[in-house]
Amino acid sequence: MEKQKLIHTFGALAELGHEVAHKQNFQEMIRTSLHLLLGSLAIMRGGVARYSRFGHELNMLVIRGLGEEFPLTLSLCDEDERQFLTNGLAPIEVAQAKVLPFFQIYDRSFEKKRVELLVPLVIRNEIVGVILLGEKANGEPYSAYDLEIICAMSRHIGVGIAQRNLMAELERRAEENRKLYEDLRTTYKDTVKAFATAIDCKDKYTEGHSVRVGKYSEIIAEELGWDENEVEGAAVAGYLHDVGKLTVERNIINAPYRINAKESAELNKHPAVGYEILLPIHHPYADVPLAAKYHHERLDGRGYPDGLFDKEIPYIAKIVNLADSFDAMTTDRPYKRRRPANEIIEDLQRNSGKQFAPELVTAFFKGMLKELTGENKDKRFRRLLGRDYMETEGIIPMLKNALNGISPTSSLTLVSLD
Amino acid sequence: MNTNIIIRAEGEKAVVYASDYLNKLSGETIERECRRQLDMGCKMLVVNFAETEIVNSIGISILLGVIDAAQNAGAKVIFSDVKAETIELFEMLGLTNHVMLN
Ligand SMILES: [Fe+2]
Ligand SMILES: [Fe+2]
Repeated sequence: MEKQKLIHTFGALAELGHEVAHKQNFQEMIRTSLHLLLGSLAIMRGGVARYSRFGHELNMLVIRGLGEEFPLTLSLCDEDERQFLTNGLAPIEVAQAKVLPFFQIYDRSFEKKRVELLVPLVIRNEIVGVILLGEKANGEPYSAYDLEIICAMSRHIGVGIAQRNLMAELERRAEENRKLYEDLRTTYKDTVKAFATAIDCKDKYTEGHSVRVGKYSEIIAEELGWDENEVEGAAVAGYLHDVGKLTVERNIINAPYRINAKESAELNKHPAVGYEILLPIHHPYADVPLAAKYHHERLDGRGYPDGLFDKEIPYIAKIVNLADSFDAMTTDRPYKRRRPANEIIEDLQRNSGKQFAPELVTAFFKGMLKELTGENKDKRFRRLLGRDYMETEGIIPMLKNALNGISPTSSLTLVSLD
Repeated sequence: MNTNIIIRAEGEKAVVYASDYLNKLSGETIERECRRQLDMGCKMLVVNFAETEIVNSIGISILLGVIDAAQNAGAKVIFSDVKAETIELFEMLGLTNHVMLN
């Protein structure tokens, strides 16, 4: 008889340990645990409550046989908490618990349902919950052996709840972190825009240039099918590409004539200077400094500062280069008025594979076409270029033709593969 | 309802086949079904253990739930076809104080 009893209770204890360690679903774990505890000693009724430190209350997670009128939330006061902590994880007989303040309130509910034991779940000196237990099926009082078993099983359940609390805390912190990161990113984006405005202020003839290059870069990246983050990175690279101009003398930038060789050399330092400025900043996106450094490079190697060829040029720099050139072509300069849209499309097409990466020109044209055909309702080009600029007759067939004519990869790429 | 639990109700008597299903959390379905029978006026609840090899702690807990519900409803509980070993367990734990065996 004794042997069988041992097998039965230790079977339950082992199963409970396994349950707490392996169950994914917290509610199920707690329900199963209570079954195991009640079933191991044949206890008629009971419940498991989780303690909320902030609300100072016990919330019943599961109850069995306590009836519908049993309170599902029990408030504790400081004195109760102190007593529980002093007691530690050990069953308290209801007769002894009568001195606890909270017992005065719930006395009747306990008595009615014959609650005989309270087990404060104190884990690492913290109350995580309480277990309530009713009478045994055999009507006998709890033996010392029973109390040992209850203690061991309660500890398992307490650890299960503590683990769950820890998980919830971790999740909350992760969420907080995410929000913090969002805030940081917003701050970063605002800073970038402020920077772009500062750059553009210096150049009175090309007002809004950086912002537009940012927007065109964004369109290209979007048409390439990049994800939200990468698109944002492309926009930032566009916004900041000319940051190096902040150190170039104002009269060179604003010269109302074609600048001479010396002035030109001065101006041509701006990509390298931009790189120097951007490199120490921690950007949420890669390649922002590289975009600044190489946005005047060309596929055919005739660009500056390093005369890089096609594959040597960072992809982001190619995007910004196209966006930058497009804006230069489509804005009035002191010595040159902007040309009509059809000429510019021809220009881009002609230079595809020479200055520009063909797939980027294709992406850009696709973006234009989508807006002109109404597939994209954002009206981004219209806002950046003015009302009628793109809506010239014959532009749509021209773009379609161009899209058919551009080979997907540049000849230079093929040569470099050999 | 799960196919593992078979309930036969005849007038005020209902027979529940415990099977091995009793020993898992899903055994709560058995308890729910018993409560439903009691709510419908069942006065004699027979739990049949013919298909039950062993009863573990979860099973005991669920049976206690059934007993408690029956007592509250003023109904009798009979355990039938219980294996000898399980009878010993029921006696040891005091379940036999609350039910009739046959
Ligand atoms: Fe530039
Ligand atoms: Fe530029």
